[in-house]
Amino acid sequence: MKLVKRLGRGVLVLAFWLGLWALLARLVDTALLLPGPWAVATRLAELAVTLDFWRATAVSLLRVLLGAVLGVVTGVLLAALTSRFRLLRALLSPLLTIVRATPVASIILLALIWLGRDILPCFIVWLMVLPVVWANVSAGIEAVDGHLLELAAVYRFSWGRTLRRIYVPSVMPYFLSALRTGMGLAWKAGVAAEVLTVPAKSIGRYLYESKLYLETTDLFAWTAVVVLCSLVIEKLMLAAIGRMDRRWNRGGQA
Amino acid sequence: MIYYDSVTLTYGGEPVLEDFSLHIAPGAHIALMGRSGCGKSSALNLAAGLLTPSAGSVRVEAKRLAYVFQEPRLLPWLTAAENMNAVLSDKPETMPRALEWLAAVGLADAAGRYPAELSGGMRQRVNLARALAYDGDALLLDEPLEGLDKPLQAEMLSLLRRCTEGKTLLLATHDPAQAQALGCRILKYQDKAFVSEE
Repeated sequence: MKLVKRLGRGVLVLAFWLGLWALLARLVDTALLLPGPWAVATRLAELAVTLDFWRATAVSLLRVLLGAVLGVVTGVLLAALTSRFRLLRALLSPLLTIVRATPVASIILLALIWLGRDILPCFIVWLMVLPVVWANVSAGIEAVDGHLLELAAVYRFSWGRTLRRIYVPSVMPYFLSALRTGMGLAWKAGVAAEVLTVPAKSIGRYLYESKLYLETTDLFAWTAVVVLCSLVIEKLMLAAIGRMDRRWNRGGQA
Repeated sequence: MIYYDSVTLTYGGEPVLEDFSLHIAPGAHIALMGRSGCGKSSALNLAAGLLTPSAGSVRVEAKRLAYVFQEPRLLPWLTAAENMNAVLSDKPETMPRALEWLAAVGLADAAGRYPAELSGGMRQRVNLARALAYDGDALLLDEPLEGLDKPLQAEMLSLLRRCTEGKTLLLATHDPAQAQALGCRILKYQDKAFVSEE
């Protein structure tokens, strides 16, 4: 019953915003400025039956995924290293601050000088995800309970057992929080990088060309693809994170 | 077995132990008694290698050293049984031993429960069972019966007495009855030193 009620409310909210959009489109009455929802949906359906559409979506998703995975792996490694070696942390911290403070568009334009346009979105995603994972995992390592490490020392836990039984479960909530934030950033930054660098066969290229040729309906349709992909990624991530969270935090805090 | 030679330990410039010497022979039972902050727990932590003396030396010749910490220090993400097994081998083959010891402290039914689902007294019993299951030849006990009611204290004391026979034992406690029940030679904190009651 609750589910039906929630679904009903969701449909109502969606209908309200689609109605408002349709009303505005009718008032403007120029598809070049604001196409209506029906026109966008029709265009989206037309695109969805082409091979190029699926290829562009898959390539963009793969680029983002590759950059994000690299960002997560290097972020965790850097966090482990900088927690162990304070000098390294002192050396790298300013870099982290600069990357976080610099607008992503500036980084994209700068990187465009050094890197090929096909690899650049991947690099940008990596650069966005890395500091988030690095900072969160470092905070997690700092927060590991010293009493538990003493227990491990007294009972002669091997390095692997200490990692598996103490560090990994302690750091996991911080890591999952980094994934949540990082993946949201990754998709948006990846598409932004594609729009600015227009690599072949990508969502970013289609967005850019739609804008260039004033095909506003296409622009809306591709934006809808970005939003839909973002929602799917978020839902999948939350489901995966929820599973991992339950797996590692079954006992709560003692 | 455990040797403290002219040990001085300072915390933030304040001496906690000063010129402390104690030789504990294999199989001997020693209890350190005194007010809070007099250095009992620090002496145990020195023996466990968790603290380094500011001066002097501490030498432990035990092959395996078990420690009943004052706070249970259970891993919150593991069940009581998994916590026990984590200090054994962390492999399935030692799980039966972990369960046996949980049963020995009256917690057979709590094996699958997480620390957050146990009372303070139950957590302390897991702490105790974990150290006994580890089967060290030396045992450090820091207020091991803290948080247990009187009947449980008596039960756990009896278990400890049986299980620590022939083992080297260093106990930190406020309670002379516990020290006596475990057959300890008592060293009382007086005038900034631990002195024998005998």
